[in-house]
Amino acid sequence: MGLLSDPNRRRALTNLLTRLNTPICLVCYVAGLAWFMGLAFEPFTLRTYMSENAMGSTMVEERFPAGERALATGREFAAHKRKAGGMPVDWLVKTMQARGLEVYTQQFSRTLPFPDENTERYMVKGTNVYGILRAPRASRTEALVLTASCSEGNSNHQAVGLLLGLAQYFRNQVYWAKDIIFLVNEYDLIGMQAWLEGYHHTNITGMDYTPLQGRGGSIQAALSLELNSDVITSLDLVLEGLNGQLPNLDLANLFYAFCQKIDILCTIQGKLQRSDWDTPSGYTHAAQTMMLMVMKQASGRSWGDHGLFLRYHIEAATIKGINSFRQYKTDATTIGRLLEGMFRKLNNLLERLHQSYFFYLMPSLSHFVSIGYYMPAFGLLAVILLLKALDLWVQLGTPPPGTEDGVAGVEPASSPSVLSILTPLVISHMTGAALYTLPIRSQEMAVEHFPVSETEAVVLTAIAIYTAGLALPHNTHKFLVGEGTEKGWKVLKLVALLYLAVLLGCTALINFSLGFILAVTLVPIAAFVTPHLPKVVSTTIMVLLSPGFTLLYCVFVYQELQEAPVSLGEGWILYLSVISQGILDHSLYGSLVYPLLALFVYPCWLLFWNILFWK
Amino acid sequence: MAPRSSIAFLLAFAALCSLQLCEVSDDLDQTKSEPEPFTEPNQVPVDEKLEKPGEVPPIVSYSDPIEESHDDKQWQATEEEAIAKPEPDEEIAPLSTFKDDFKEELVLRPLHSGDIYASFQFRTLWDTDFLQGKRVSHYHLFPKSLGQVISKFSVRELHISFTQGYWRTMQWGQPYLPSPPGAELWVWFQDTVTDVDGAWKELTNVLSGIFCASLNFIDSTNTVHPSASFKPLGLGNVTDPRFLRYAMLPREIVCTENLTPWKKLLPCGTKAGLAVLMKSEKLFHSSFHSEAVHIRPVCQDVDCKAPSWELRQTLNVVFDVHTSGQGKKEWSLFKMFSRTLTEACPLASSSKVYVDVTDNPQGELFELLPASPLLTQAVVLGDRRTYSVYDLTNKDTFGSTRSLNLLVRWKADSGEMVRPLLHSERYVAGFGLQTGEIHTLIYNYHPYRAFPVLLLETVPWYLRLYIHTLTVTSKNKENKPSYIHYQPSKDRLRPHLLEMMVQLPPNSVTEVTVQFERALLKWTEYTPDPNHGFYVGSSVISALVPSMVAMDTNNTQEQPLFSSFFPCKEESSYFVRIYTEPLLVNLPTPDFSMPYNVICLTCTVVAVGYGSFYNLLTRTFQVEEPSPGLAKRLANVIRRWRGVPEL
Repeated sequence: MGLLSDPNRRRALTNLLTRLNTPICLVCYVAGLAWFMGLAFEPFTLRTYMSENAMGSTMVEERFPAGERALATGREFAAHKRKAGGMPVDWLVKTMQARGLEVYTQQFSRTLPFPDENTERYMVKGTNVYGILRAPRASRTEALVLTASCSEGNSNHQAVGLLLGLAQYFRNQVYWAKDIIFLVNEYDLIGMQAWLEGYHHTNITGMDYTPLQGRGGSIQAALSLELNSDVITSLDLVLEGLNGQLPNLDLANLFYAFCQKIDILCTIQGKLQRSDWDTPSGYTHAAQTMMLMVMKQASGRSWGDHGLFLRYHIEAATIKGINSFRQYKTDATTIGRLLEGMFRKLNNLLERLHQSYFFYLMPSLSHFVSIGYYMPAFGLLAVILLLKALDLWVQLGTPPPGTEDGVAGVEPASSPSVLSILTPLVISHMTGAALYTLPIRSQEMAVEHFPVSETEAVVLTAIAIYTAGLALPHNTHKFLVGEGTEKGWKVLKLVALLYLAVLLGCTALINFSLGFILAVTLVPIAAFVTPHLPKVVSTTIMVLLSPGFTLLYCVFVYQELQEAPVSLGEGWILYLSVISQGILDHSLYGSLVYPLLALFVYPCWLLFWNILFWK
Repeated sequence: MAPRSSIAFLLAFAALCSLQLCEVSDDLDQTKSEPEPFTEPNQVPVDEKLEKPGEVPPIVSYSDPIEESHDDKQWQATEEEAIAKPEPDEEIAPLSTFKDDFKEELVLRPLHSGDIYASFQFRTLWDTDFLQGKRVSHYHLFPKSLGQVISKFSVRELHISFTQGYWRTMQWGQPYLPSPPGAELWVWFQDTVTDVDGAWKELTNVLSGIFCASLNFIDSTNTVHPSASFKPLGLGNVTDPRFLRYAMLPREIVCTENLTPWKKLLPCGTKAGLAVLMKSEKLFHSSFHSEAVHIRPVCQDVDCKAPSWELRQTLNVVFDVHTSGQGKKEWSLFKMFSRTLTEACPLASSSKVYVDVTDNPQGELFELLPASPLLTQAVVLGDRRTYSVYDLTNKDTFGSTRSLNLLVRWKADSGEMVRPLLHSERYVAGFGLQTGEIHTLIYNYHPYRAFPVLLLETVPWYLRLYIHTLTVTSKNKENKPSYIHYQPSKDRLRPHLLEMMVQLPPNSVTEVTVQFERALLKWTEYTPDPNHGFYVGSSVISALVPSMVAMDTNNTQEQPLFSSFFPCKEESSYFVRIYTEPLLVNLPTPDFSMPYNVICLTCTVVAVGYGSFYNLLTRTFQVEEPSPGLAKRLANVIRRWRGVPEL
């Protein structure tokens, strides 16, 4: 304040900031990227540690013996599933009842806005079956959930077998303090959504379901089990949930601790952790793992059945059996013991998991980057926007010295009218609104007039509106306010910069990965766009850095990181399916990435596009 | 304390004697008449009502005297009447003699889920009357600690229960005596009490000491005076809710430290009688555990000219055969309690074990060993049940092994249970930490009868009920309650009280919903484990449920204790009280490591802000020659040093 109250020093400071603006911005951008990439370097990260006392010091013994029997139950389940041609509801009810559980079912149905071509679903009608193991002498106030999904496509019968085996074993134990709910959900995420909405008696996505009959109070934690391959070499932990929400880090710590104890090979993002962090390949491995997490989190999808629990403040993770490390084998008994151990520790919880981090990135299972470490990377990018805005503000405040005589006549006109700012804002947002609403609404019309399927119609409409938006704004503002002025675009850019800064800041607080990826691509164009750039080059750069292209790059980068690179054609197909999945995720589960991009990020980018073509 | 200790001594002595005698002689009469020191004059010699196996008692079933059964099994006569009758004759006994009466009984009910429900009831009657201002200094069977409490605080009725676990109505049917999870206390004070709140506060603290429970946490924020749900169960017709206090502590954990003081209230302690079965490690190794104490004034005799105090101690346990039996469906007293019965409490005028054999008339469901020659019928909870009776005062009950170890061996899987007519469920709907909705579902499974229920909800003040959102719907139609009593909460002072009378249509679900907002507490108001959540006590649903059989309204007749707790006024319906699940609600909780950060941050902000403002306000501004730049000044220094003129 002392610095600012002195007009001389203030001037010196602003001079410094405006004179060195571009170099500072460049340094910040490079530093932001470098900081981010440095996060994967092991010495810069923290080791994971158990924060929750109730799970830390208490030892539990794992004694689950019946892995083979569980597999047999799984095979029986598979046979009944084949026979029933879907969820073998009656068999499951009977089997769960025989294991001493209170069994309930829930019917649900959902018509998707357009057919999902990945899973071939359109009109979904299914049944969830769940059994509650009532804890002795507990008053139905707390519960834990174990789920395994059963859908047409997947072969998750091992997981169902293990779930039933664990139910039988858990039933005979006396130490339970929380009810345990064993849930077999049909149509994985859709069934899960129906069950969760039924359990909490909410309806946020227009699902049709029958009310639940039995409940176990407030759910404290949930684990979802996916064992899709017959041979399981290692267990993978999936954390990323809807809208990039993550469960408390202690849940990951718990999994890791038990993997260490029982000696199971465990991975995250399908990648083992390596000890050679000081070699380039070791670093690359960690960076790959972290980038995969960033990509998955940014997508805002639920990467397992657990993802939908997070909205209800229930800590949840998916444990996935994978088959990629030939020399190892993990049998069902071991997985059962792992789950038993985890459940017993969760059963010991006195409070909800809250001690550890909710915002983190994991370059490996044993290391994590907390919000305090990764936020500066984003901050360095975001500060560019503020510096540029400051620069513009100063420029707008001081009369340009060279043009004093010429400007004198147009002085009153030089302060741009509100209309000239408002018009591009409104138009770009209306384009955004069209992008958000039209694809689904106009699918029928598109199918009638073009030889495409509904899904293609939706995706192609979206792309068409997106492209059409590029043509719209730079033509429209002239009609309303006449000639744009030099000051006009500066004010508009100032508004757009602050808008983007707020938008990205808010996004990064909720979903760091999404905010960071958007910042990496949007900040350069936001910082340097002016109407005076060479048109062809700058137009190309702007289009290549637009949100739509960012998504395309993400598809390729993700495939690259998964070590499954795709050709351009395949990539394009994948890109189209990603768009349709994004729209479906929004309407089915309430994922917010699609509306965020369509309603805010894209219009914001259009504002800069507008500045580029300012006349 | 002197009388108590001497009684304890006598008890120990008696137990010892009776044990020895059991060993030396099988002569029942001798055993029974032996413990002279504590046989009261009014206790009828047991011989009179003794049933010898050879002697067939008249075939009378007191619940339905018309119906005559000609089974090969014998029906138990109402031999209690024999006790009741001589009592008026004893009235003339001198004042120094005690007229206390003690009865004990254990009911075992094999449940359809395969579990076993064991319900102990101990009743002590005390013929005294504080109301006339008599000071009582002599205690016989009635525990002095409680006697002093009721006389000091002018308590008319006191009901207290400690429960661990939730009664699963849909699997187990209705309990004989319902109780909510945690602790529940309700007290009717005499109408002479002027400062009810003060008495209540003191009383809860005293009871807290007696039962080693956290009843001292009962304060105005969780005490209510329900207007209709809790009527006095004993004599008297004062129903002004000003004299009623009701509180529930859903979080209370019940364990041995509560059981031990409860056991000490029994005249025989755990030395003899049914109470020997009460081994803590077994009682708490169960699915449900509930102990309760009920004190109320009752009629002294059939004529009901004078009141006497009744102390009922009940203990309800459900044993999970599945976990303990490892899937084998067989249980015995020894398996459940790690004890067998060897004798009745010598102070007890009646000591019986009932086993519910209604579902097993021909022994096809389970086999009960040893078989009892006695059967009795009682109308309990709207149903006529048949019980095998084992009279512990009868020497023959123990057989040649001199111990009674009831054993049930299941033969077949039990069939479907008759669904209880009334059932309820409650949960919190919604997500997020701002608002929520409490849903209470009340099921009426009666196929064609509608009946009204009284619903009582007590919600702590930190859930701010939006009472305008209260909806009651049955069968998708609005169901207007015929009576609503709502008392809004006051922050930090009193809870919400919502009481209403709802008519339940036949075979329907009635849903009561009300939205609430979660309050942000002051940071010292959070419990030590705030992220666990905050409890909302069970709602209480009281109803007169239409009975399938005619209820027994004749209170003058002696009935088994478990069937006679709630007074029954009409034949067509019976009283049921059910409790819903308590709720666990998360409130917005600050990160409690934050205060430190907040202190640091605010200090910094205050320091920086204050400093700058102070600076701005006190500084005097004046025009100053622009000072040369740093480079120029450096250059001047060098120039001065070199002796060259400055710039």
